[in-house]
Amino acid sequence: MKDLAPRDVLSKTLIEIGKSDSNLVLVDADFGTASKIWDFQKHYPERYIQVGIAEQNMMGIAAGLSTVGLVPFVSTIAVFCSRRACDQVAVSIGLSNTNVKILGVYAGLFVGKNGASHQSLEDIAIMRAIANMVVVQPADAVETVQVIQFAAQYKGPMYIRIGRDPVASFLPANYKFELGKSVTIRDGKDVTLIAYGDLVEDTMKAAGLLDGKGISARVINMSSIKPIDEDAIIKAAEETGKIVTIDNHNILGGLGSAVAEVVTEKYPVNVKRIGVKDIFGKSGSDEEMKRVFGLRAEDIFNETIKFLKN
Amino acid sequence: MHGTNSEKQNLESIANRLKIKVIEMIAISGNGHAGGSMSIAEIITVLYFKVIRLNLKNALDENRDRFILSKGHASATQYAALAELGFIPEEDLWTLHHIDSPLQMHPERGMCPGIEMSTGALGQGLSAGVGMALGAKIQKKDFRNFVLLGDGELMEGQVWEAVMSASKFKLDNLTAIVDYNKFSLTSSIKETMPLEPLAEKWIAFGWNVIDVDGHDISQLMGAFDKARTTKGKPTVIIAHTIKGHDIPAFEDKAESHSVSFKVSEVVETLKKLGCKDDEINLTLSKMN
Repeated sequence: MKDLAPRDVLSKTLIEIGKSDSNLVLVDADFGTASKIWDFQKHYPERYIQVGIAEQNMMGIAAGLSTVGLVPFVSTIAVFCSRRACDQVAVSIGLSNTNVKILGVYAGLFVGKNGASHQSLEDIAIMRAIANMVVVQPADAVETVQVIQFAAQYKGPMYIRIGRDPVASFLPANYKFELGKSVTIRDGKDVTLIAYGDLVEDTMKAAGLLDGKGISARVINMSSIKPIDEDAIIKAAEETGKIVTIDNHNILGGLGSAVAEVVTEKYPVNVKRIGVKDIFGKSGSDEEMKRVFGLRAEDIFNETIKFLKN
Repeated sequence: MHGTNSEKQNLESIANRLKIKVIEMIAISGNGHAGGSMSIAEIITVLYFKVIRLNLKNALDENRDRFILSKGHASATQYAALAELGFIPEEDLWTLHHIDSPLQMHPERGMCPGIEMSTGALGQGLSAGVGMALGAKIQKKDFRNFVLLGDGELMEGQVWEAVMSASKFKLDNLTAIVDYNKFSLTSSIKETMPLEPLAEKWIAFGWNVIDVDGHDISQLMGAFDKARTTKGKPTVIIAHTIKGHDIPAFEDKAESHSVSFKVSEVVETLKKLGCKDDEINLTLSKMN
């Protein structure tokens, strides 16, 4: 499934699950053609609930649907799942502990050229701080299928960040997603690079560049951001000494913060957080975005070299 | 008139008991949302003891009717009703708002039988009710869904998102009730944010609207009957009520919203509700 976007596999995966699970329902806030869940309604029109451009209501409706035995997947742009509907997610889903799966599509900086109002650079911070909520971002299409299948079985609130654009896959063919587990997709001993989602590809390229300089970098795909794989982080701290995190999110409250929390409490080593440095995003292509916000493979490489020298 | 005389009298006496419990709970707890709890006593009574289909042996029966108290701050009345129904032990009522009590100030799903959704953040309950009603339609089940909203709560934009969607989905298995007591926390609704013309707003959104005196048991029973038989659209019962109803010191005042009772106010209110001196003294002995 190389070079598919995570969103590209949503409909197919959900239609497949919907075949055997008649309780699966989709709730859309007028974004289904873009989030690519749209085809589900061709198969199961009675289980595709269009609530219109009303994300707060969408979260509440999903909470209600879940309490009568249905398994709702809600989806819209990640920023509107989190910033717009924050209190509804907290009270009707988190506090009520309702079995709702939230698909935050167009997660992070890569939102076409829609710019700052549409970029979710706070959603991990928001969702991670809501009790009962689980936070996951699959790295690629392969992992997206796995995560959606997992979510349909999992009981409880779940926030799933879904990338908009195609990415290469680095996961083994027999890969199986496990909540709270990461996967080391490249081993190394000098430094550990921890990433998730669309930036795993650039992180892998950066690891290749580091290799050229004689630096052996471990790369971990940390798709399960909450709960986080503490063992893998502590092992990385022990075995490689230094850790670099790569966030498609504000560096405040993102994966970097989550990793630093573990490292600080359990095995203190230096951590370098790469990500959006507490500023809003911009309109632009993914390539322009990566250049401006310092998220290209070469930027990750340069930052890591600098970090290792200190 | 709806219902027999004896049924009406029975419900009136239950409503009176719930009001007594609310005053006792809030007096013993030290403070509470007395005003909005007293304005809904008759509505809650008619709902729980006449309208809502419950399985008293199983609070989670999947075919039960669902009720959400969207104005969660008035939970004392709901808790009193749940105790009266036997879903929670009466002694739990005297733990209202305690740190380890299942009776949190704003109801929490999972902490107490009969609480279908965590509320308290105003404006969220109707959306959940829409989800439940829609879920019933999808699953072809015949349980009904009720959401009690405050009037102040209607200032929240999410309510109108939910109102619009209930109409789109033709949820005739959903009934909203507005406790129109004319006050929010700080002042009158008119001053805070005028709601009028209120009935016209709901009608414009495609709802069946019934206007009643929210303290009149017969009118409430009649309204719920009409709601049940109205097909193709949801119904809202706009219940005109009095904030702090039957609390002489606070009736029809914004100050009744959150109250720490003086002993004299407890005595005066419980007397008005027909309590005997020994009952009143028992409550006073439990007050700090």
